[in-house]
Amino acid sequence: MGDKAQREVIRLRDVSKHYQMGDSIVKALDHLEFKVYQGEFVAIMGPSGSGKSTAMNLVGSLDMPTHGTIYLDDGDVSELSESNLAQIRGQKIGFIFQSFNLIPNLTVKENVMLPMMFQGISIEERREKAEELLKLVELDDRMGHYPGEISGGQMQRVAIARSLANDPEVVLADEPTGNLDTKTGAIVMEFLEKLHKQGKTIIMVTHDPDLAKKYADIVYWLLDGKLNKVTKRVGKNFVDVTKAKKKGLKKEQE
Amino acid sequence: MNLDYLILALKNLKHRGVRSWLTLLGIFIGVTAVVSLIGLGAGLQAAVGAQFGISSTQVITVQAGGLNSFGPPGSGAVNKLTIDDADAIERLSSVDVALPRNIETISLEIDDKLTISNAISVPLGEKRKKAWEVMGLEIDKGRKLQDSDLKKIVVGYSLSEDKEDIKGVKIGDKVLINNEKFEIIGILKKEGSLIFDSVILMNDNVLDDLVNYGNEADMIAVIVKDKDLMDRTKENIEKLMRKRRDVKEGEEDFEVSTPESAMETVNSVLGAVQAFIIIIASISILVGTLGIVNTMTTSVLERKKEIGIMKAIGATNMQIFLQFFFESGMLGLVGGLVGVVFGTIIGIVGVIGINQFLGAELSPVINFALIGGTLLGSFMIGAIAGIVPAMNAAKQNPVEALRG
Repeated sequence: MGDKAQREVIRLRDVSKHYQMGDSIVKALDHLEFKVYQGEFVAIMGPSGSGKSTAMNLVGSLDMPTHGTIYLDDGDVSELSESNLAQIRGQKIGFIFQSFNLIPNLTVKENVMLPMMFQGISIEERREKAEELLKLVELDDRMGHYPGEISGGQMQRVAIARSLANDPEVVLADEPTGNLDTKTGAIVMEFLEKLHKQGKTIIMVTHDPDLAKKYADIVYWLLDGKLNKVTKRVGKNFVDVTKAKKKGLKKEQE
Repeated sequence: MNLDYLILALKNLKHRGVRSWLTLLGIFIGVTAVVSLIGLGAGLQAAVGAQFGISSTQVITVQAGGLNSFGPPGSGAVNKLTIDDADAIERLSSVDVALPRNIETISLEIDDKLTISNAISVPLGEKRKKAWEVMGLEIDKGRKLQDSDLKKIVVGYSLSEDKEDIKGVKIGDKVLINNEKFEIIGILKKEGSLIFDSVILMNDNVLDDLVNYGNEADMIAVIVKDKDLMDRTKENIEKLMRKRRDVKEGEEDFEVSTPESAMETVNSVLGAVQAFIIIIASISILVGTLGIVNTMTTSVLERKKEIGIMKAIGATNMQIFLQFFFESGMLGLVGGLVGVVFGTIIGIVGVIGINQFLGAELSPVINFALIGGTLLGSFMIGAIAGIVPAMNAAKQNPVEALRG
């Protein structure tokens, strides 16, 4: 396969995440291994409680693993200080949330500008980039509106524009259509698909198999905090590549 | 780059509810009190000073008894000053002239309406000019007294004003003083002093005929040759008077005061009032500070999710801290700003009020350095109050914060 020629963007190596719940320890993730290559559209699938949100938080370097290492663009993020981690997060990862998570006190344009502000980019450049990105998601006529004044689908498109503000390596979408009806969800997905075609790496967490099948190149199925199955698109169909993937990962580890 | 966080803080403030603004009441009241107090400051001092008839001439006043006695100055004393005392003081080398003065309570009848007033004696001869100098009074209408004026008086400004039940007097009007008829020949300019504006001036011999004080004097006004000799002259007069009245140092039954020492008394009274207001202001600022701590703490809790979002999109702990820190500072600044505006207005209105009441021409004190300092101070208070809440905001765990 051509995988080896591709650049590795994210790698989770033997990652576990445990939570203390009263007296018992909950293993949200248990020795998880996976890699994401540049330009891939990855879906992380699983029922609730499968650990996909935890995986998402770890991949997005919002959280630290209890055990194991996470490489982001070849750098070990588990060794970074909190401030550096925030900086890296701001530069390399663009978040899209289920509940949009725009800042209500800021206009659409200001919301898109915000991630660039945290990177210390000049206000002129911020404005210019935000306008460009809002044009991309076809919301340049809503720039001065507040999030409360636009629809859910529009909010999610603003979130997509925001996620691209610092030109990240990876766009991380957590149930991006979860709060939208099918039609607006489809529009949002089209924008993500467009990004993917332009070469962006996209990781989408979802519980909707249809969504995964329609857009993703590769699907990681989680169950009880473990990697259960990996399916890969070949033409129009998905084939189970679980064994090959697991073996491949093991081999590299040694 | 920090300007960005200031702007962001302002945007967040714009969306704050009434509740947040109410917590600023403390800062507002405190700042208003301080700024208006200082705005009035000099006006208040001038106003109170005028009431005591204190002018800045080089005059030393000698009185029997203390300032605490009731009635016109010196009138409550048992062992009165005499003209001989005045003559003795005048013989001191640094003294230009010593004027024995009498202030007598008299009954005044205008248009069958009886009131009580004070009559002040004006010496005859060459001392007349000096006496006018000491009193610092000026004629508005009519003329000053002359040695030959017997049943004639000069009256204070307020007597010429129409009141509810008494019509104001004019030049040439006849009034009854202690049942004797006098003619008004002069009216004084408005002084801004309750004492001088209602005073009656008459020649020394005439007042003596009327109330018979003979050799006695209520007070002695001493004009010093050189302003620099004020303190030394004061000491010399005290020494002389102790000898003449046969009292030991520390047991004086008289008082020698310079305008400065009189002003000091006024200032110490004002100082106490100011100290009280400043204590109140400090307490309300303290309460206001706690209010800001409270509102910021609540705000951090309410905006937990927002903090999570900002962390997810790359905000460092320091950047989150700065945002809340500035927001808190701006909150304080707004309180201070409103306080400064109100305080300045109160100061101006107060001074205008004093001017109208006293006929003075004081201008309100608008100290820009003070206003700047106050605003900076309010920002600092807000910012300091925001430190702990901002730290709490900064150290939120992003995953937990995102959950809201």
